Amino acid sequence: MKNVTLVLEDGTKFHGKSFGYDQPVAGEVVFNTAMMGYPESLTDPSYAGQLMTLTYPLVGNYGVPPFTVEPDGIATFMESDKIYASAIIVADYSEEYSHWNAVESLADWLKREHVPGITGIDTRQLTKVLREHGVMMGKILFDDEPDNIPQADYEGVNFVDLVSCKEIIRYNEGAGKKVVLVDCGVKNNIIRCLTNRGVEVVRVPWNYDYTSMDFDGLFLGNGPGDPDMCEDAVQIIRKQMSLSRKPICGICMGNQLLAKAGGATIYKLKYGHRSHNQPVREVGTNKCYVTSQNHGYAVDAKTLGKDWRELFVNMNDGSNEGVCHVENPWFTSQFHPEACSGPVDTEFMFDRFVDKLK
Amino acid sequence: MKDENIKKVLLLGSGALKIGEAGEFDYSGSQALKALREEGVYTVLINPNIATVQTSEGVADQIYFLPVQPYFVERVIEKERPDGILLAFGGQTALNCGVELYKSGVLEKYSVKVLGTPVQAIMDTEDRELFVEKLNEIDVKTIKSEACETIEQARKAAAQLGYPVILRAAYALGGLGSGFCDNEEELDKLAEKAFSFSPQVLVEKSLKGWKEIEYEVVRDRYDNCITVCNMENFDPLGIHTGESIVIAPSQTLTNSEYHKLRALSIKIIRHIGIVGECNVQYAFDPKSEDYRVIEVNARLSRSSALASKATGYPLAFVAAKLGMGYGLFELKNSVTKTTSAFFEPALDYVVCKIPRWDLSKFRGVDKELGSSMKSVGEVMAIGRNFEEAIQKGLRMIGQGMHGFVENKELEIDDIDAALREPTDKRVFIISKAMHKGYTIDQIHDLTKIDKWFLQKLKHIIDIDERMKALKSVNNLDKELLREAKIYGFTDFQIARAVGLETELHSMAKAGLVVRNLRKSYGILPYVKQIDTLAAEYPAQTNYLYLTYSAVAHDIKFLGDKRSIIVLGSGAYRIGSSVEFDWCGVQALQTIRKEGYRSVMINYNPETVSTDYDMCDRLYFDELTFERVMDIIDIENPHGVIVSTGGQIPNNLAMRLDAQRVPILGTSAKDIDNAEDRAKFSSMLTRNGINQPEWSALTSMDDINKFIDRVGFPVLVRPSYVLSGAAMNVCSNAEELERFLKLAANVSEDHPVVVSRFIEHAKEIEMDAVAKNGEIIAYAISEHIEFAGVHSGDATIQFPPQKLYVETVRRIKRVSRQIAKELHISGPFNIQFMARDNDILVIECNLRASRSFPFVSKVLKINLIEIATKVMLGLPVEKPHKSLFDLDYVGIKASQFSFNRLQKADPVLGVDMASTGEVGCIGEDTSCALLKSMLSVGYRIPERNILLSTGSAKQKAEMLDAARTLVQHGYKLYATGGTSKFLTENGVGNTTVYWPSEDNQPQALDMLHNHEIDMVVNIPKNLSAGELSNGYKIRRAAIDLNVPLITNSRLASAFISAFCNMSIEDIAIKSWSEYK
Repeated sequence: MKNVTLVLEDGTKFHGKSFGYDQPVAGEVVFNTAMMGYPESLTDPSYAGQLMTLTYPLVGNYGVPPFTVEPDGIATFMESDKIYASAIIVADYSEEYSHWNAVESLADWLKREHVPGITGIDTRQLTKVLREHGVMMGKILFDDEPDNIPQADYEGVNFVDLVSCKEIIRYNEGAGKKVVLVDCGVKNNIIRCLTNRGVEVVRVPWNYDYTSMDFDGLFLGNGPGDPDMCEDAVQIIRKQMSLSRKPICGICMGNQLLAKAGGATIYKLKYGHRSHNQPVREVGTNKCYVTSQNHGYAVDAKTLGKDWRELFVNMNDGSNEGVCHVENPWFTSQFHPEACSGPVDTEFMFDRFVDKLK
Repeated sequence: MKDENIKKVLLLGSGALKIGEAGEFDYSGSQALKALREEGVYTVLINPNIATVQTSEGVADQIYFLPVQPYFVERVIEKERPDGILLAFGGQTALNCGVELYKSGVLEKYSVKVLGTPVQAIMDTEDRELFVEKLNEIDVKTIKSEACETIEQARKAAAQLGYPVILRAAYALGGLGSGFCDNEEELDKLAEKAFSFSPQVLVEKSLKGWKEIEYEVVRDRYDNCITVCNMENFDPLGIHTGESIVIAPSQTLTNSEYHKLRALSIKIIRHIGIVGECNVQYAFDPKSEDYRVIEVNARLSRSSALASKATGYPLAFVAAKLGMGYGLFELKNSVTKTTSAFFEPALDYVVCKIPRWDLSKFRGVDKELGSSMKSVGEVMAIGRNFEEAIQKGLRMIGQGMHGFVENKELEIDDIDAALREPTDKRVFIISKAMHKGYTIDQIHDLTKIDKWFLQKLKHIIDIDERMKALKSVNNLDKELLREAKIYGFTDFQIARAVGLETELHSMAKAGLVVRNLRKSYGILPYVKQIDTLAAEYPAQTNYLYLTYSAVAHDIKFLGDKRSIIVLGSGAYRIGSSVEFDWCGVQALQTIRKEGYRSVMINYNPETVSTDYDMCDRLYFDELTFERVMDIIDIENPHGVIVSTGGQIPNNLAMRLDAQRVPILGTSAKDIDNAEDRAKFSSMLTRNGINQPEWSALTSMDDINKFIDRVGFPVLVRPSYVLSGAAMNVCSNAEELERFLKLAANVSEDHPVVVSRFIEHAKEIEMDAVAKNGEIIAYAISEHIEFAGVHSGDATIQFPPQKLYVETVRRIKRVSRQIAKELHISGPFNIQFMARDNDILVIECNLRASRSFPFVSKVLKINLIEIATKVMLGLPVEKPHKSLFDLDYVGIKASQFSFNRLQKADPVLGVDMASTGEVGCIGEDTSCALLKSMLSVGYRIPERNILLSTGSAKQKAEMLDAARTLVQHGYKLYATGGTSKFLTENGVGNTTVYWPSEDNQPQALDMLHNHEIDMVVNIPKNLSAGELSNGYKIRRAAIDLNVPLITNSRLASAFISAFCNMSIEDIAIKSWSEYK
């Protein structure tokens, strides 16, 4: 394994070894405290442009499941068609794996998809640096190629445009109620959660104007990066809301886009929520849920329009975890009810949405 | 919100430590009491275990040292009138007692509300049938058992369940006629055999080789649920989880598998209606996502204690608050103090729990591990990779192992069989097999241990082989050295691998060479926090561990010399258990009170000393010389206390002193002067103090010559205690040989001390604290049994009731002399033998002893607090009260766990065998003894008593007691010699026959027919033949749950107690009422 150095924007260096594809890379360094689910996280388009640090040190234990595709075109085990994270940073990569459903090692997969992976990093210390300074850009450099220094930007890049589908894709055609799913970088399990509930899903590009289409409900999916880069999507949502009271549900980026459409502003968190253990409480109730999250931006709840209210709040830092309209069936969550990876306690969000598709 | 009607709460403890129910309940009860007190609730505790932290001053408002049994609990309820009761914090003992009180209507009668999980939910999980039914209602799969009465039915059941299946003969003890069947042919064969034993056969799906996974789940009354932790057993299904190496979090589950089982756990806990904490155990198919629920424990458990320590989430504390009516969202995470208690910990380390067995202490015991628990303690190791964690853990269990490799070679005849049939040594057999070239596949086929674990173990072997190939430390480069340290190798393991030990002829020196080398390379461990959230938010926690997989410390060290490090007691084992945890906690509290920073090093997840708020810094790490030195290097402490944690820290004193570590209290040199028998003895001789004739011997020949001179019995002890086996009495050559094989390699380096043993002598203990050689406070207690019963198994009475004033005076004088000669500053214990007024010194330990909490609590003078102040150099006053002022008596009785140790001979003497103890207080000996004997599971017999009372002398000793029994209407059955003796002396009895005799009635039959209520069986000498008649009777008594006493002095005392007073005569008085 080649020796590598992770260099952060502030000059902090961490030394490790390359176990993935041997190529320098730059990106926004983020951390995730989940203890499992690396195949799901790597293929989550929300990680586009990011170097994903896992705080749980042992990674690769159960290998990688086959990249098989179901008849409807959705991967059986993965969250999209490929790895979206720019790199993975771990403490103790497990070269050997053991699982009945694994077909290759994490290292082989990363190499196949040309994604760097580094191990031997004190990811707890790295996380503490990110926690103190906020997320930073970072570069993985190979010690034997000191002059090969990659460049990348995160802020100001429209990652949604990079990862969104380019044309309409239909799932479960003719199944019944029709849901337009705005693809900002949607995870497969959102599609699975919808089709499993017997609805037809029409997946459209992030900036597609669906307002004149024939459908029963609108679903705004997750996606990477800064929601302020997605003004087009916000305009279309506003148009849709002005035209009809059809149900709208949003997840993650979807929460932020709907909130923006409802008048709220967005800010960047010092360090994002990326874990499987984010506690949220449904406002006005004693109901609490453990949720899976992956976001670096949040809705400023104080700026919500008068017809809107907070639906969920984060119990750790009080940040917004979802909004809803006071009259219309429009509601969202900042967390990921579709999980994958993470706890599945909030799948009821899909039930609530499908129930409203009269 | 909190239930404001609950102002007074009764908490049931778990009693004496026993196999399957140990220190973890001191931890859970203590946390619960802490949580209640924080709410201003008045707390009442019933627990006869006097050595626990929860029964210390200031933890509960009222403490009753009484048996946790319905009769006594009802009497306490009647007196105290609590509003609520907590049943989930005292193990199965408290739970069973609570269910009985509920069923008998006592709780309703006194309007006592069960806080937390309702009793109905408890019953739904405890009753197998109800449980299966309950889970069927929500389509959750359990392990089904089909009862069949014909082969035809068995075939059908097997076909439905799917092969392989397990077949069990119903109503047959010990697994007769049970086995696995892979197909119908095998089933036919086995079923035929099974039906010959029993009219009914049970067919179950075989889950052999399935993974065993556990979840710790919490639910509040608002239906909010979290899973605090999941754990994966290294050993697949079939080995009790208490006997398995356990890893947290799970290592081989995918996201989908983890969350499938997590969601199921929440579904189950909601359906059952738990309020508080529970544990769900699964069998999980290694080849699909199929599962079965094995069981649900609706209470705090060993696993929840482990989960609590593994994650930093205070489960018992939170469960108690939920019982008071709070919602999870109303509570804060007590580690971060800012985030909510409604969250699931994220770990950024791996935890490995390893059981500690003491099977070699028991004669005849079955060593194979299976579905029942035999381990007596456990350790928890923390690392940033699996290799580091398991190697730490294997050292922590304290069986002389250095990790996974570089241990003393095990001699195994058949490696395949040893892998297939797991024993307490299996993990080391895996090491041996790997060194011998067994492949991972081969080992997996034999053990069914997941290949991932085996691959990681192989990684350790690979690093080891690379180092071995170097042949010399000079060839060891920085990179490999660092890699070895990262994967958990000690300096010594590395030294041995590169041949340094052979080169230098010294373990200690070899280790130091590597230590200095790596320090010169800057290869140092770093301190990391366990913060429950993987560094996502800042946390206040001082819960720490060390690792080499790091580049920075998590905390800042001020170098202010305000730290006092207390070395903990390590894994609970026979001979060292909760009493040393109590000592450690008292030391920590005193240190903190005096304005120093209290620092604890310990790795036992069952302890209170490792609780998150017991000290200012907790290093959950090894107590090896290397790791303790690492921590001292980092902490730069004011001083280190080695005298409150039992023998492990005591043994480190000399090596630490050689590194100029400031040891507080008695100097290391003086500790050595007490530990080194020759030095100690010449000191005694110099001072005219008597001791039994002894000699330090280095060969079997010398030993035999010595014994030829003084005769048996002899007392044998290694100069430095190995593997927990301490001093022992040997009555004959066979016993001597057995003990020497077990405890010591007789050699020049490790001489064995053999001394003449005086029979029929009283044994007396002196527990004391001295300052600069002057005794400040002391407690003298006497054993009820004569010398010959290990002091850890003896029944101890304090204050002494039957000692001559002259004896006491002499003991005080000798103790004063010894304290002065050894310049003792701190706690110490001297054991004496006394016959008439002659007193002999048996041994002296310059540390706290097992009986410190007992005497401290009976005397109501905290000896450890005084000792700690002495060690801190603070002024102390001699207490005004002495043991002669007490108007009551305390009795400490031992708890044995023979029922868990199949085939072990339940006889006392040679090795310490008890797993726990209780201490009860009464107006007189009878009252205190009755309470404590009832507390350790004895019952007052109803009518029939079986006597076989050993040698002539013992028979005579028992005569009065036998007479008393007859006078009180008991019917005596006696075996040949005893029967004859009783008849000759005019005591009516019925003769019964030994198993080897043909006549009727047979003693064994009477036991099996439940016709005997108590057995007094006194072995003739201290070495009982395994297959002897006596063994069969004793073993049957244990297996059939008939109270058994094997010592004539104890039997007489107990008989006299229950004949002189009845249960109703026992006053229900709390500790504070004994003034």
